[in-house]
Amino acid sequence: MKPATLPQAFAILLRRDLTLAYRRRSEIINPLLFFVLVTAMFPLGVGADPALLRDIGPGIIWVAALLAALLSLETVFRSDFDDGSLEQLLLSPHPLSVLMIAKVLAHWLVTGLPLLIVAPLLSILLHLSDDAMHTLLITLALGTPVLSLVGAIGVALTVGLRKGGTILSILVMPLYVPVLIFAASAVANSDAGLPVNAHLSLLAALLVLATSLSPAATAASLRISMS
Amino acid sequence: MLHFFHKLASPKHFYRISGNWIPWLGLACFGFTLAGLYEGLLVAPTDYQQGDSYRIMFIHVPAAWMSLFIYMVMAGAGVIGLVWRIKLAEIMAISSAHIGASFTFLALITGSIWGKPMWGAWWVWDARLTSELILLFLYLGVIALYNAVEDSRTAARATSILALVGVVNIPIIHFSVEWWNTLHQGPTVTKFGAPSIDIHMLIPLLLMAVAFKLFYVMVLLMRARVEVLQRERNTGWVQELVSDYE
Amino acid sequence: MNHTYTAATLEARDIACIRDDRTLFDKLSFTLEAGQAVLVEGRNGSGKTSLLRILCGIRQPDEGTIHWNGGDIYRLATGYNAATAWVGHKDGIKLELSAEENLVFARSLGTPSGLEISDALEAMELGGFDDVIAINLSAGQKRRLALARLLVTRSPLWILDEPFTSLDTHGISLIENMINIHLADGGMLAVTSHHPVGLDSADITRINLSE
Repeated sequence: MKPATLPQAFAILLRRDLTLAYRRRSEIINPLLFFVLVTAMFPLGVGADPALLRDIGPGIIWVAALLAALLSLETVFRSDFDDGSLEQLLLSPHPLSVLMIAKVLAHWLVTGLPLLIVAPLLSILLHLSDDAMHTLLITLALGTPVLSLVGAIGVALTVGLRKGGTILSILVMPLYVPVLIFAASAVANSDAGLPVNAHLSLLAALLVLATSLSPAATAASLRISMS
Repeated sequence: MLHFFHKLASPKHFYRISGNWIPWLGLACFGFTLAGLYEGLLVAPTDYQQGDSYRIMFIHVPAAWMSLFIYMVMAGAGVIGLVWRIKLAEIMAISSAHIGASFTFLALITGSIWGKPMWGAWWVWDARLTSELILLFLYLGVIALYNAVEDSRTAARATSILALVGVVNIPIIHFSVEWWNTLHQGPTVTKFGAPSIDIHMLIPLLLMAVAFKLFYVMVLLMRARVEVLQRERNTGWVQELVSDYE
Repeated sequence: MNHTYTAATLEARDIACIRDDRTLFDKLSFTLEAGQAVLVEGRNGSGKTSLLRILCGIRQPDEGTIHWNGGDIYRLATGYNAATAWVGHKDGIKLELSAEENLVFARSLGTPSGLEISDALEAMELGGFDDVIAINLSAGQKRRLALARLLVTRSPLWILDEPFTSLDTHGISLIENMINIHLADGGMLAVTSHHPVGLDSADITRINLSE
């Protein structure tokens, strides 16, 4: 018998993580509620002037998305580390970086994708135009996978630590700056009726870069923090 | 030559040799600082626009250069430590982090002091200052991670990866911040016309840059020596060294 | 499990382990051939688990090298992983997944032995527990489920850290029997245990890390 093929292992790992997420549904719901609540706090804090909300809306939604991503990030490896499955992943005959793509993909599907679903609701709350809402969805689709991919490196570096949570945000947040800038300004531009192609291309470039580099960095980080 | 480096990379020899270098580095650093301050404060002409307040540039600009330079050194040493598992490279990488963070902080503080008379505010979201601020966050992340991991070798390896990720990101962050800045039309007063800079301003700038580099190397060696002693505390040569002092 | 494993050699050359600047062991060398077992003994904190983690490649030795059929295990990397199976302190099973789902996943991370999952569960006396979510299993049953990984995959080198934890006498003899078949088949074993391991073959190397 030969080892299970890589595509098989990839599919089984992806399915396993999705099954697990389904069986612990609160893990999906909590960051999502957080995303909505944080956004809803802003009008209460800064006042309900529609023009003002429209002005700061793109930034608010994107900062909230960033925080929601940070909040859910730990779940990528936490339970696998606690119960010893992570050691099994590390010792499989498959390239670890490919398995990492499966882990991050599963994580994005359960934490990133739902943000896209509630985003239209939030853009109504903040009086964004239809164009801006449209752009918001594209930026979320391009940007949140980058947050998951880059965040996974941070989680891999802190997974063995007792107080990993706070350190994780310090490590990862500065790395999120480019996504925040390109995405939020794309939405703001489109609300003002300006072109957004450049922003979206840059976001797409970030996604390509993160997809190609971050799995290997995540794998290397995991090997170090597990040793 | 190779033999020399190989010998230097052993903690014991490093400790012995570096001890001899530090006084000389200190002396050279002192000389360059003195010369730089003299040229910068007394010889360099008053700026027709900013008056004398621009002279803080002779601290601010070299500090900003150092902040980036040290990050590169840190990541480079980290890679060497990761690939060849050389202990001394790991030590150099982590010893650089604190110095780099200090220079970044210095650049931020001096930038803000410089900005006060020009912008009328202590802080303006200018592209350079913002990049510098994010660089400080990157340094703080490296330091926080190093302090959080208990085993010192694992910690050094983990921070090396983080520094490497940072190096890939720095140009992207820099570019995005520039972009963001032009978009929001922030103040661009700090932009010096680089080619038109007066030669009498350039000389002290370069003198100070050399002085800062020397200072960095000196402090780096000092920190690395302490780190070496701490890590090798159970080995024979450190025990001997300590018993010599008693 | 009729086939015997192809002959292989595991060789540790002068390995050392330093944890938090404390040397747990150094200059440790041994060789393990087909059908042989190495039993790691020592007090708590003497580095037994660290040694096993080094052997399976999770941790790198601070000095020295480990060779599998003459090749450094860090060069072989995933090739070496295909030859080893690890059951550590932690069971490595997902409590929210059923026994069967756990083994399907475990099998995808190794070389399938060809043994059906239900048969492997049967052999571990977990027959009929296929669809039971692991959280509902007792500690001993969870341990047996973890050890069932060794049956659904086929790895010549088993590295087991305290395999008998939470098992009763019957469970222990079940595992001992499984290990004896593995060794008779030409497999290899590296193990730590507080409980004396009842092995048929006398071909055991003992390493005491406290001496």
